[in-house]
Amino acid sequence: MVCQVCGKNPATVHFTEIHDNRQSEMHVCERCAEEKGLHGEQQQKFDIADLLAGMVDTMTSSDEERVGRIQCPRCGMLYSAFRETGRLGCAECYHAFQFQLRPLLRRIHGDTRHRGKIPIRDGEGAARSRQIQRLHDELQRAVEREEFEHAAAIRDEIRRIETEPSSAPSPSPATRPEGSA
Amino acid sequence: MPDTRPFDTLVANSSPWPSGDGPPGGLVLSTRVRLARNLSDVPFTHVARDEQLQGVLARAVGAAQRADSFKAGVLLKMNELASSERQMLVERHLVSHELGDGARPRGILIAGGERLSLMINEEDHLRLQSMAPGFQLAEAWSSADVADDELDQTLDYAFSDEIGYLTACPTNAGTGLRASVLIHLPALVLLDEIQKVLKGVMQVGLSVRGLYGEHSEVMGNLFQISNQTTLGRSERDSIESLERVTRQIMDAEERARERMMRDARIQIEDKVWRAYGTLRHCRSIHAREVINLCSAVRLGVALGLSGLCPIRTVNELLVLTQPGHLQRYAGGELTPSERNVIRAQLVRERLEAAERGLS
Repeated sequence: MVCQVCGKNPATVHFTEIHDNRQSEMHVCERCAEEKGLHGEQQQKFDIADLLAGMVDTMTSSDEERVGRIQCPRCGMLYSAFRETGRLGCAECYHAFQFQLRPLLRRIHGDTRHRGKIPIRDGEGAARSRQIQRLHDELQRAVEREEFEHAAAIRDEIRRIETEPSSAPSPSPATRPEGSA
Repeated sequence: MPDTRPFDTLVANSSPWPSGDGPPGGLVLSTRVRLARNLSDVPFTHVARDEQLQGVLARAVGAAQRADSFKAGVLLKMNELASSERQMLVERHLVSHELGDGARPRGILIAGGERLSLMINEEDHLRLQSMAPGFQLAEAWSSADVADDELDQTLDYAFSDEIGYLTACPTNAGTGLRASVLIHLPALVLLDEIQKVLKGVMQVGLSVRGLYGEHSEVMGNLFQISNQTTLGRSERDSIESLERVTRQIMDAEERARERMMRDARIQIEDKVWRAYGTLRHCRSIHAREVINLCSAVRLGVALGLSGLCPIRTVNELLVLTQPGHLQRYAGGELTPSERNVIRAQLVRERLEAAERGLS
């Protein structure tokens, strides 16, 4: 198989990306993978400082200065300080540095959107829509695996939640045996 | 003041993860799931002032007191422990190196015979950890998940709808989940196939580390495999993918063991018994040598060679021969050469006791 980027070297790095339930595959050579920064998430130990340094390279020095001075209004951390330590100062930093963090998160995780559990106290409506989304994902997987009985059970669960009165206590986002919480 | 310190009671018992009880104890030694959480109204640990961290400690303990999962739990404050005692907690895989440094208001809550613990004021305010012997990812995840929900009843976690649980380092943001298995792969190493396997593991976004986590080297053919990414997939997805890959690695190791036994049975048995002989009769031994020899004996036990010790004994030696535990066994500080002598004595004693148990 030939690299899909340069079309010359043999493809030795293979990626599968699943986005909006569509699966896409990419096959590239080591060199193109490195150039495209696709190696970041495959490395055994990835050093966040290196990742950040790599991203700075693409900026001009005046850009860099401007970005470095962005400050979190709550804890006072400068973006330049985060770049040195790889650690944010407080929860608010995620908001203050959101435009800088988004490409970084994508590089680290290959995604920027949370799809896991959410705090119980985060509001019933949010918990409910998140849970329905999660069940839809699960349903899709069950269908792909041809586990139709399981799929039917998930479908019924989705219907049950959708028709349940909103004042009912919201079930926890992760399924678990009755009465274990 | 009670007669016995909670720490003394804790370390008087053996760690649960080397028990060899879990399924299938021969390949996967232990399973671990940890969740990183922060309180929304306090800066992250490295920025917060000490009095803020005292507040986090108090609130976390208060929340745990209301949580069933932490019933009968004990709180150990790092600044109340000697450095060798903190070292013992690291060796038992309860505490990370970062938490074990003893400065600042840090602590750990331990419950369920060390199966559940909560590190307080580590890199993140809370690191909830669930450990199980053997290969039990679903079980470890489920108890971490339940305990997390219980703490969530009282604590206000830093969370954003888009990014999920917010952590000091963006590498943990999202689920804050790190699930890992400690797996023994001597045949793949011996047959020189391990690099190929590990490369495959890394290509699917998992990471490989040594026995003592981040930055630790691989010893005794023991590998820690864990998920790398925490954003964009659910906890269950991450757990399932680790489970799937681990099963594939287990299969590869089993096949390598079969081939090895078919082609070189005598050489393998010889290696195992020589390793056992060295451990059983040594008079001075380094920790690294113990770990490497234990790997051979562990393989022998798993292959069913009779007359060796139970797998539990080999697993326990991995913990008991580490410097912190050894110092406690000796009852005082040791120089490195004294340590080697005492270590040899402990290994001989343990194996002798196991032999008596077998006969």
